[in-house]
Amino acid sequence: MAVDNETVKRVAFLSRLKVEDNKTEAVKEEFNKILAWIEELNEINTENIEPLISVNDIDLRLREDNVTAGNCKDDILKNAPSAEYDYFAVPKVVE
Amino acid sequence: MNDITKLTLSESLEALRTKKISAVELTQAYAENMENCRNYNTYITESVEKALIQAKEADKRYANATNRKLEGMPLGIKDLFCTKDIRTTAASRMLYNFVPPYESTVTQNLLDDGAVFLGKLNLDEFAMGGSNETSYFGPVINPWSKDKPLVPGGSSGGSAAAVAAHLCVAATGTDTGGSIREPAAFCGCTGIKPTYGRCSRYGIVAFASSLDQAGPIAQDVRDCAILLNTMAGFDEKDSTSAKVEVPDFTSFLDKDIKGLTIGLPKEYRPEGLNQEVCSYWDVASEYLKSRGANVKEISLPHTKYALATYYVLAPAEASSNLARYDGIRYGYRASDENMSLDELYTATRTEGFGNEVKRRIMIGTYVLSAGYYDAYYLKAQKMRRLIYNDFMEAFKACDVILTPTSPITAFPLGDESMLQNPINMYLNDIFTVSVNLAGLPAMSLPVGLSKNGLPLGMQLIGKPFDEATIFKVAAKLEQDAGFKRI
Repeated sequence: MAVDNETVKRVAFLSRLKVEDNKTEAVKEEFNKILAWIEELNEINTENIEPLISVNDIDLRLREDNVTAGNCKDDILKNAPSAEYDYFAVPKVVE
Repeated sequence: MNDITKLTLSESLEALRTKKISAVELTQAYAENMENCRNYNTYITESVEKALIQAKEADKRYANATNRKLEGMPLGIKDLFCTKDIRTTAASRMLYNFVPPYESTVTQNLLDDGAVFLGKLNLDEFAMGGSNETSYFGPVINPWSKDKPLVPGGSSGGSAAAVAAHLCVAATGTDTGGSIREPAAFCGCTGIKPTYGRCSRYGIVAFASSLDQAGPIAQDVRDCAILLNTMAGFDEKDSTSAKVEVPDFTSFLDKDIKGLTIGLPKEYRPEGLNQEVCSYWDVASEYLKSRGANVKEISLPHTKYALATYYVLAPAEASSNLARYDGIRYGYRASDENMSLDELYTATRTEGFGNEVKRRIMIGTYVLSAGYYDAYYLKAQKMRRLIYNDFMEAFKACDVILTPTSPITAFPLGDESMLQNPINMYLNDIFTVSVNLAGLPAMSLPVGLSKNGLPLGMQLIGKPFDEATIFKVAAKLEQDAGFKRI
C-alpha cells in the first residue's frame, strides 16, 4: 500500500505537523520505503491469532476516588509558556 | 582521571563505609572528570551544586551510622526521568525549558536510598534513535573512539558513555527497543532491561508505553544488581506496575550455574553476520558449558518479523503519547502572533520536534488512521503475540537465552548509510526489539574487544520476572570474559 502526496499532507495535518510543499515528495518516498518494509508482515497468516496488546495481563486496579495530589496550581503554571489570571493562556479562539 | 572514580559502585560503597574516602570527595572527583570531559557531551544539565549538598548529607549519615543502601553514590540520570526542580528535556527542543514539579518513582527510589545526582544525561530525542545523534543538544561521543568520533549507541547514549568514561559511578537508562542494551554494548558497560512492570514508569517521559522499561547501566553485573534492587518495585502510580516481590538480586551472583540450560536461537545467526560477533558468541557459550551449563540450539521462528512489528507498534504508541506536546501547558511554544489555535499547535510541533521524532509520529498516525488500522496496527499486534509465543515455547526447553546484543560494534558519527536510510539504523536493533515486544528481562554485558579495539556485548534473555537467572549466568560470564574497562 503506497501513499501519495495527498495522504502525506493528510497524515501531517492529523499529526499537527507541517510538511513544506517542496518536502512532500521526499517524505512520501521515505514513507513508502518504510511501509514497503513493513509489508513483509503479510507473509504470515495471522487470521486466528489474538492480538497482544500488553504483556502485562493484570487487570487494571481501582482505587478510592480521592484527591491524592492537589493544591499545586502554582507549580503547574510555572512551566506554562503563557499564563494569565491563574489560567493557561492561548490565542483568541472566539471572535 | 581521578583514581577513586575508577572504583565500581560496590567498591565505592565499601570505601565510604570503611571511611577510606568521603562522599564529598567522591562527588568532587566526578565533578572534576565531568569538567574535563565536556567534549563527550554526555550531560545535558549538570546538577553538581545540588549533588554536593546531597554528598554532605551522606557523609553525616556515614558518621552517625544511618547510611542507606546507596548513600553517597554519584549517579547520572537519563534526561527522560522527571527530576523535581532539575530541568528535564528528553533531549528535545520541545522540553528545552521544562522543570518538573515532581519526581519520577525510579529516581525517588534512588534518592530515598541515598543516591546523589550529578546531572541529566544526553539521549536520542524522546529516546527515539540508536546512535544518540537525534538529540537536540548534539551527539554524544563514545569514549572508546580512536582516530574518529564514534557513536555511543542509543538511545541511552549519554548514560553508557558517562559510565564508560567515569563521569558517574553508574546511570539510569530506559529501554523501548534496545536503548539500554545497545549503548551498553557499544561502550563496554553492563546494562539490564528488567521485565515489563518491574520498574515504575511514573514520571518517565513516555515513548511507547507498552514497551518502555527503566533499568541501570553500570560498570559490572554486581552494580546492576545493587541498583535494580532499589529501582524496582510495585508503584500505585503506574497502572502497569507489577505487584511482584523483588528479590535481592545480589544474592544470585555467587550461585552455581551447573545444570542450567542455555538456549542459542538459530535465527540470531543470519547469513552474513559479522564474523567477530559470531566467534565471541561461540566463546561465551563455551565459557558457560565449562561451568557445567547445558547449551542447546533453540528456535524463535518469527524473529525475522520482530523489527517490522516493532516499527509499527512503537511509532503508533509514540504518536499517541506525543500528542500532548501542544505548546499550551509546558515546554516550547512557537511565537503565536496572529495564529489560530490550530496553527499554533502545528507551528509549535513543527519547530519543537526533530526529524526522527516527526517521522515516527507520522508513521504512527498513519498506521492508526481509519482504513489502515487493521492492515498495520492490528496486524502488528497479532505478530507480537506470535513473537511472544515463540519465547514461551523456547523457555519450555531452556532457562535463559544467550545472543549477541548487536550485529555490529560502535560506528562512526554521521555515518551516511545510517542517516540517509532510517531502515539501516533500525536494523541495528535486530537482536534487542523482540525482548521488548515479549516484555522479557535482558542484560547486555561486554565480553571482549573487536580487532579494532571496540567493545562487543552479549545478551542474556530471561523468563518473565526471572532476572535472577540472568544475574547468575551473567556473573559467571563476566568472570570468564575478564573484560577490561577503560
